[in-house]
Amino acid sequence: MITAASLLAAEGNNPLIPHAYELVVGIFAFAVVLIVVGKILTPRIQKTLNERTEAIEGGIQKAQDAQAEAQALLAQYKEQLAEARHEASRLREEAREQGAQIKAELREEAQAEARRLIEAAHVQIEADRQQAFAQLRSEIGRLSTDLAGRIVGESLEDEARQRRTVDRFLEELESSSAAVR
Amino acid sequence: MSTLTLLTAPEDKFTPPGLELFDLPPIIAGVTWFTKPVLLAVLSSLIVIAFCWAAFAKPKLVPRGVQNVAEIGYTFVRDQVARPFLGKDADRWMGLLLSIFFMVWIWNLMGVIPVVQFPVASHIAFPIVLALSIYVLKIYLGIKHQGPIGYFKNMMFPPGLPKPIYVLLAPIEFLSNLIIAPFTHAVRLFANMFAGHIILAFFSLVGFWFLFEKLTPLGAPLGVVGVVMTIAMTGFEMFIQFLQAFLFAMLAAMYIGNSLHAEH
Repeated sequence: MITAASLLAAEGNNPLIPHAYELVVGIFAFAVVLIVVGKILTPRIQKTLNERTEAIEGGIQKAQDAQAEAQALLAQYKEQLAEARHEASRLREEAREQGAQIKAELREEAQAEARRLIEAAHVQIEADRQQAFAQLRSEIGRLSTDLAGRIVGESLEDEARQRRTVDRFLEELESSSAAVR
Repeated sequence: MSTLTLLTAPEDKFTPPGLELFDLPPIIAGVTWFTKPVLLAVLSSLIVIAFCWAAFAKPKLVPRGVQNVAEIGYTFVRDQVARPFLGKDADRWMGLLLSIFFMVWIWNLMGVIPVVQFPVASHIAFPIVLALSIYVLKIYLGIKHQGPIGYFKNMMFPPGLPKPIYVLLAPIEFLSNLIIAPFTHAVRLFANMFAGHIILAFFSLVGFWFLFEKLTPLGAPLGVVGVVMTIAMTGFEMFIQFLQAFLFAMLAAMYIGNSLHAEH
C-alpha cells in the first residue's frame, strides 16, 4: 500500500487538474440526466402537481358551493314551512269564522222559517176562523129564520109541542153542526 | 503525526492516506479512461434517471410509493432553491435545477455507500462540467435578457452608488462574477467532497491499523477512537453531502436569476 501510494504520489497528480476523459464522461452523464429528468420527466410531474392543485381547489370550491346550496335550500324550506304554518292558521281562522257565520245564518234562517211557519199557521187559523165565522153566521141566520118561521108558523098549541119543537131544532142544529164539522 | 509515529514501530509506520486515495487504476486493464469515478458517474446518472423515471414517468394525481419520495425532492428544490431566486420563472428552470440537485447528491452519496465509498465530485472534472454549464448558461441568459452591453453594465455598474466607488467596484464585480464565481462554484463542491473523503479514509485507516494490522495495548484505544470517529464523521459527511448538493443547485438558481433580472 505504501509503495503504491508513493508511486502515485511520484506521478504528481494534481487534484485541481481535471482529467480529460472525466470531463467527457461528465458532460455525457449530465446531458443524459438533463434530457431525461429535466426535459421529459419534470414537465410531467409539474403537470400532475398543477392538476392536483386544481383538483384540490376545485374540490374545495365544489364543497363550498354545495354547502351554500344546502344552506339556501334550508332557508327556503324554513321559509316555506313558516309560510305553510301561517297559511294553515289563517285557514283555520277563516274556517272558524265561516263556521260561526254559517251557524248564525242557519239559526237566522231557521228562526225565519219558524216565524214564517207560525205566521202561516196564524194566517191559516185566522182564515179558518173567518171562514167558520162566516159560515156560522150564515148558518145562524138561516137557522134563526128557520126557527123563527117554525115558531111563528106553528101555533103554540101546547107546551109539550113547543118543547118538542125546540128539542128537534136543537137536535137538527147539533146534527147539522156535526155535519159541518 | 509524531504521536502516531511514536506508537508504532519505526519500520512500518502509520502513514495517513493522501492524494493516492484519488488516483484509481483502470477497472479493466488497458482501458485507461474507465476508472472508478467514471463508472460511478455513469452509475449515478443511471440511478437518477431510474429513480425519476419510476417516480415521474406516469405521475398520479394521488401519489403512491416512490412518487411520494421524489415529490418531496421536487418540492424541496422548487420551494427552497428555485422560487427564492427565480420567482415566477421557477417552473421553467425546475428541470435543470432538479437534475443538478439529484445528480450532485447521488454523486456525493457514493462517498458513504458501503463498498462503493468514493464521492464522484471529489474528482474536480465532474463539478467543473456542471459549473461550466451553468456559467455558459448564465452569460447566455444575461446577454439575451439584458443585452450584450446592458449585461456587463448592470453587472459592473449597479445603479445608485457614488461615482468614485465604481472605480473600485467595477473590477471587483467583473472578477467575482465572471472568474471567481464559476471557480468557487466548482471548487466548493469538489473541496468539500475531497476533504470529506480524506477525513473518512483517515479515521477508518486509524481504526483498521490500530485494531487489526498492528494491535498493541497502547494503540487499541486510538483504534477505537478511529472507529467511533469514522461512524460520527460518516453521519456528518452525509449532512455535508446533502448541503453541498443543495448549495450547488441554489447557486445555479442564483446565477440564472441574476442573469434574467438585472436588479439584485
